Amino acid sequence: MQTAKSTATPLFTGPEWTFELLEKARDAIEKIALEDLGLDVYPNQIEIISAEQMLDAYSCVGLPLMYHHWSFGKHFARDEALYRTGRQGLAYEIVINSNPCISYNMEENTMAMQTLVMAHAAFGHNHFFKNNYLFQQWTDADGIQDYLAFAKNYIAACEERYGYDAVEEILDAAHALQSQGVFRYGRPPKPTIEERRAMQQLREAYEKGQSALDIWTDVTLGLKRDMDAPDEDLDHSERRKRMNLPQENILYFLEKHSPVLEPWQREILRIVRMLAQYFYPQKQTKVMNEGCATFVHYYIVNKLYDQGLITQGALMEIMHSHTNVVMQPEYDDPRYSGINPYALGFAMMQDIRRICEDPTDEDREWFPDIAGDPDWRSVLRNAWSNYRDESFIQQFLSPHLMRKFKLFTLTDDETHPQLVISQIHNRAGYKTIRRDLAKQYDLAYIEPDIQVSDADLKGDRTLKLTHTVRENIQLAEDGRDEVLKHLRRLWGYDVTLSTVTTTSG
Amino acid sequence: MHHFIDRRANPKGKSLGNRQRFLRRARENIKERVDRSVREKSIGKGESVPENGEKITIPAKGLKEPRLYHGPGGNRRHVLPGNKEFVVGDTIDRPQGGTGQGGRKASEDGEGDDEFSFTLTRDEYLEILFDGLELPDLVEKATVETETIGTRRAGLTTAGTPNNLNLVRTMRNSLGRRIALQRPSTKSQRELEAQVAELEELDARSPSQEDLLAELKLKLDGIRRKRRVVGYIDPLDLRYDTFVPEKIRNSRAVVFCLMDVSGSMQEREKDLAKRFFLLLHLFLTRGYEHTEIVFVRHTHYAQEVDEETFFYARETGGTIVSTALEKMKEIIDERYPPDEWNIYGAQASDGENFGNDSVRCRKILTEQLLPVCQFYAYVEIVEEAAQMLLDNNEAGEDLWQNYRQVKGEVAHFEMQRVSEPGHIYPIFREFFLPKVKG
Repeated sequence: MQTAKSTATPLFTGPEWTFELLEKARDAIEKIALEDLGLDVYPNQIEIISAEQMLDAYSCVGLPLMYHHWSFGKHFARDEALYRTGRQGLAYEIVINSNPCISYNMEENTMAMQTLVMAHAAFGHNHFFKNNYLFQQWTDADGIQDYLAFAKNYIAACEERYGYDAVEEILDAAHALQSQGVFRYGRPPKPTIEERRAMQQLREAYEKGQSALDIWTDVTLGLKRDMDAPDEDLDHSERRKRMNLPQENILYFLEKHSPVLEPWQREILRIVRMLAQYFYPQKQTKVMNEGCATFVHYYIVNKLYDQGLITQGALMEIMHSHTNVVMQPEYDDPRYSGINPYALGFAMMQDIRRICEDPTDEDREWFPDIAGDPDWRSVLRNAWSNYRDESFIQQFLSPHLMRKFKLFTLTDDETHPQLVISQIHNRAGYKTIRRDLAKQYDLAYIEPDIQVSDADLKGDRTLKLTHTVRENIQLAEDGRDEVLKHLRRLWGYDVTLSTVTTTSG
Repeated sequence: MHHFIDRRANPKGKSLGNRQRFLRRARENIKERVDRSVREKSIGKGESVPENGEKITIPAKGLKEPRLYHGPGGNRRHVLPGNKEFVVGDTIDRPQGGTGQGGRKASEDGEGDDEFSFTLTRDEYLEILFDGLELPDLVEKATVETETIGTRRAGLTTAGTPNNLNLVRTMRNSLGRRIALQRPSTKSQRELEAQVAELEELDARSPSQEDLLAELKLKLDGIRRKRRVVGYIDPLDLRYDTFVPEKIRNSRAVVFCLMDVSGSMQEREKDLAKRFFLLLHLFLTRGYEHTEIVFVRHTHYAQEVDEETFFYARETGGTIVSTALEKMKEIIDERYPPDEWNIYGAQASDGENFGNDSVRCRKILTEQLLPVCQFYAYVEIVEEAAQMLLDNNEAGEDLWQNYRQVKGEVAHFEMQRVSEPGHIYPIFREFFLPKVKG
């Protein structure tokens, strides 16, 4: 490790950035990130973009290549209006989980901000993407660019061939079921690009082989062909087994079993659910991902300052922005809009370092494994690799932080006329508050649990869905009815949604 | 292994495809709003399409992206930061609205859930307004401008007449000079004078006071001298505005909207006419700094009216077109001298005219109006079913025939039959497209 050289000349002094300065800053940041913090990152591809391009990226969920859909145009119109009227600023950067790791930096940033942004995205987020187990297991950083290009071309080709309306109809329906298009527990198979192309060609060829008079029946569905002959009347349990029921991934089920979809429509469902699956880890690690990136940039810019590589002015500018980002308004503040993942994440990372370096008796009692650990870097790296928000909070939120945030639990029972303060940050409440907060980040708990429970293809072909209601929380009606309409379109026959109530939480 | 890419020069409008799909999706609603906005818009008050686009609000129905999500209610626990005085067991009333969500935030863009607002660019607006006609680059158009002599500011000089004295610049110079030469302020002089006066009033002064007095007097003299030498305003400070005479292109235009309001002009006809006038006005506001608009309606007599009356008031009577042309000539003579104004005429009618009045119209046009007009356009609004008339330029009533003669003689006269909005545009395209020079 480099010893502090306070006499070193600063990397930059003015606000303007140039590509040479960016390279110098990136090299200095990289040295600290890799040699001091021990981060492990994908190669970086840092792209400088204009405000308009940033708006473009916003509307397409941040991806560099995205198929066309009217909803992205709608988001663009809204974001643009908000931006132009000054009611919404733009992010300093967007980073994409890919290999090489692409990050977009705004051209308007000053050199100090570019330094911050590089430390944050190109090293903080990048390390998280590469090392967190969810991303490793569920996303394919090497293939995402190719897959996006494929998806874009495929959908454009479909529009050409089948018309805008037909494609739009399928995409609308698929988007409505996006959140129900992920595997939460079972791991999906992971075909390569070549396999995907081959599969698609197979489907296309099959489609061409069909004469115009052929009608889709369940016999023509690929999956059923081989197992169709002997069992004229499968019993219920056998059928469920064959169709992998119950199935939580509704888009997957429709793609495989819908009696009315054509091959290209199935491929579109597949594209939508692949992208939903790609984003699923990000939804589960907001606090950790931002906490990791914020901790990394905070550590790195302070190190740069200690080494005399950035000026005091630059440090002040960076800290000003940093402080804004990690601000947590209290619940009664008009600015309050939930717990700020940057604030919570950053505070927890700093707190873990504190527990390692300077533990109190309380910390030793709560965190016997890490309190006083001489290597806080590896403790943090380990946490970043092996947890998601829910388990991370459950494991690492300390009483010290709960006091600092003055957390309390508010119980809101519909049957009760008033809201009740059920826990506050005291010895009796720490464990419950921590569990309640962790639960707030558990997607399985936040998102409705809806599964395909049955579909009798030989009978009336009704698709039966089951919503498992927890804590008596029902689906919002307007969304539900609209989505069911889309579902009927994709399934072709009636769809029912029944409700099952569980007593356990 | 790391590298930078400069994407700023990449082609813009990456999301154009999404935008087009969005407009396509909402087309019905947008079209309805655009049509309504035309009807509501006042041409005269400068309310035609703004330079940077038109904000429209459409119903969000059909633009919703439904999802399955949890509704309100049930039994929930929220962990919140910033506890101040709560202890376990405290109860609080549900926030108003009773959703149990802690009060929903007001929607960010200040619009209801049922509506979606966004901005149509000017071109998109026009495209939808005129039914998908391709618009050429309007900037390229050749508007004609008359010339007069005027004056133009030409910076500052050190000499000039007092009425051109630029006070701000002069005082700024004065202040700078006074600071630079350290001219003592009036305040410091007054303070010294007060001190001297105070000392002088004393009957018996101690030797030290005498010394002080002498010193102060000396200082005061110095200040007075310096204030005399360094004047408050010095001739050096003076700055005058200068003006130079210049040929200026006249940037004022007036549009005469002439319309037949006899009983045969119904809602549809007037709506078409309004689009026609709106488009002409639109072209002109882009080309001229200042545009005015004059509405002349006629039956068997003509009168100048305001826009509201022009489009919406009912009138009955015969039809004598020449009265409107005479009225226009009269107004030009009264208020719009042709060497100062660029004059545009636009006339809409259903083509009927009384007796042999059409010949008279032709005469007024060729002899009096067209020589002073930059452009004169005539639209004849016909029945949607009158395909025969649309296809055949030669067929037509008296007025049409006479105007055809005018068109043969004068280049800046255009005429067109229209039965739907899409027909209106070509008149302008023909006239405003840059002419190929022979």
